[in-house]
Amino acid sequence: MTLTHYLVLSAILFSLGAATVLLRRNAIIVFMGVELMLNATNLALVTFARLHGDLTGQVMAFFVMVVAAAEVVVGLAIIVSIFRTRKSASVDDINLLKS
Amino acid sequence: MNDLTSLAPLLVAVPLASAALLLLLGRAADRWGHWLGVLASTAAFVVGAVLLTDLLGRPADDRVLDVHLFDWISAGHFDLSAGLRVDPLSLTFVLLVTFVGTLIHVYSVAYMAHDAARRRFFAYLNLFIAAMLVLVLADSYLLLFVGWEGVGLASYLLIGFWNHHTPYAVAAKKAFVANRVGDIGLLVALMLMFATFGAVDFDSVAAGVGGASQGTLTAIGLMLLLAACGKSAQFPLQSWLGDAMAGPTPVSALIHAATMVTAGVYLIVRSAPVFEGAPTAQLVVTIIGAITLLIGAIIGCAKDDIKKALAASTMSQIGYMVLAAGLGPVGYAFAIFHLVTHGFFKAGMFLGAGSVMHGMDDQTDMRRFGGLRKYMVITWVTFGAGWLAILGVPPFSGFWSKDKIIESAFVVPEVGGEWRAWLFGAVALVGAGITAFYMSRMFFMTFHGRQRWAQTSDGHDQHPHESPALMTIPMVLLAVGSVGLGFVLQLGGGFTTWLEPVTGHVEHHEPVLPVLVIQVATLVAVALGLALAWRQYLSLPVPEAAPAGTVLTRAARVDLYQDAVNDAVLVEPGRHLTRSLVYGDRTAVDGAFTGLGRLTVGIGELVRKVQTGYARQYAATMLLGLVVLAVVVLAPRI
Repeated sequence: MTLTHYLVLSAILFSLGAATVLLRRNAIIVFMGVELMLNATNLALVTFARLHGDLTGQVMAFFVMVVAAAEVVVGLAIIVSIFRTRKSASVDDINLLKS
Repeated sequence: MNDLTSLAPLLVAVPLASAALLLLLGRAADRWGHWLGVLASTAAFVVGAVLLTDLLGRPADDRVLDVHLFDWISAGHFDLSAGLRVDPLSLTFVLLVTFVGTLIHVYSVAYMAHDAARRRFFAYLNLFIAAMLVLVLADSYLLLFVGWEGVGLASYLLIGFWNHHTPYAVAAKKAFVANRVGDIGLLVALMLMFATFGAVDFDSVAAGVGGASQGTLTAIGLMLLLAACGKSAQFPLQSWLGDAMAGPTPVSALIHAATMVTAGVYLIVRSAPVFEGAPTAQLVVTIIGAITLLIGAIIGCAKDDIKKALAASTMSQIGYMVLAAGLGPVGYAFAIFHLVTHGFFKAGMFLGAGSVMHGMDDQTDMRRFGGLRKYMVITWVTFGAGWLAILGVPPFSGFWSKDKIIESAFVVPEVGGEWRAWLFGAVALVGAGITAFYMSRMFFMTFHGRQRWAQTSDGHDQHPHESPALMTIPMVLLAVGSVGLGFVLQLGGGFTTWLEPVTGHVEHHEPVLPVLVIQVATLVAVALGLALAWRQYLSLPVPEAAPAGTVLTRAARVDLYQDAVNDAVLVEPGRHLTRSLVYGDRTAVDGAFTGLGRLTVGIGELVRKVQTGYARQYAATMLLGLVVLAVVVLAPRI
């Protein structure tokens, strides 16, 4: 069952992305982790579509891509704006809500 | 109701309107306000006199007149109208209050001449007259209660008239509180009457007495007695009367000697039907009267302050009246008779004391009087008339009334054993002897003997002088009453017959001793008291500083420790109770609520720590949650 390998790869990629999000401080890198998690999900969706033999999973993957594109645009804009005001892209510095 | 009885509401309305006018006009009425007060009181007396002629012109069984004023309370089956009852008893009081009241108004014009607040004083006096007339004219216990509270208010305002002096304000408060205790009794009696008879007017109560149980009647009787004790300074609520002497002397004469303090006697006599059905309550009334009679007499022997000695004497004399009122129908008329004569001679002596104070720079210590006879002849003569009257020397007023009370005390009651006659008779007899002693002591110390005058407050020598005519004329008129009123009223049993429509006709009862023996014994007791006072305070020099005295003297000087007892039994426990209540409120009630608040804050502090502000931690929490969710969902499927 070669399809299982796709799922395992998807899980590994997702874990890598999650670890990047949790462990890295730089907002850009964190963002890349998020992208990695999204794409791992896409891979899983496509694999499941193949497994079930219908197109629903592939359609979902397209939706995820669109949302991811929009999220990148908004997210990068926020990061740039924060960097301009605080001269830092570290996510740990963004803790104004506490205090 | 004919034309004349419709005048009755004026008795209350005129003094009340005058009081309101004097208070509302303020300083604009300062120049003539006192004369308006005198006029209002005189007008009330004239109306009373007109009503008297009207009542005397009627047959004896037609002398109870009711004047309907207005429908007062109408609730369900309970209907009460406010009305005045003009009958021999209430009219006796009306005439006493307005006549003595008017004389004291006139006296006050001169006595208070140098007081800036004289107008206010007269407003309060008028208020008192109006309230007292409501009290005695009311045809229901509820309206009586209105007057009862009204005189209490007037008494409070007048005792504390010089309230810039703190002890005087405290004395006023003390009188008010002690009276309030008695008022609770009257309120409870009202409630019991409403619960038992469904009505509180005199007629319904009298009619319903037959159907009520003796226990209920005893309870009502005892509550009425409590009310009487508060108002009339009877044991155990007597402690306020001595302090009430803080008020201006005319107030002491009018309110705390002649009229208001006798309201308790009026209440008991007016409630005769209730007490007739409750022999136990009646016995308690007699005992209270006997106790107070002796307490007042003993205190009177030791007081050096002329007004406080007179106050103790008032207490003792009202003890006589209460004792007589407790004896039942045989004593009612004599209680009221003594009340009237006492009103005259005691008011006269108080005015005399005021006159002495007027001439002696407001000093009241009898040890610093002496030899005033030469300087104040009119005061000496009028005070002397009151002195002989209260001693019961024939033919002065007091003889006719007090002797009758002593005789009645020796009568064996219809219920109860012969011991009562001997006990109460003996107490009344001994009381007469002590009265003779302390009144003679007062008279000799003030007007006779060596001159022991202290310097005036500003360091000059005393120059005692007779008071102006406005003060001496009322004193002379009261002295005339002290001399002759008793004799005139008892002519042919006139006064007791006059009161019969209210007190009922009583067959003559024979005392356990022959009347002549009692009279002689009384006179011997009086003579002994007089002789003792003569030896002690006239033959021997009176020391200027009070000697240490025996244990009894020292106790009597502090009113037989009544204040100490009240403090220990009531005031201190009351303070502790309020303190512990405050403590309980702070710790238990407040503690529960502030504790709840603190708990919320504490939990918030704990939960707050979760919110670190680090985005990565939130992300980790989310991931963890997701994994847990996935495990929970998937675990059963594996």
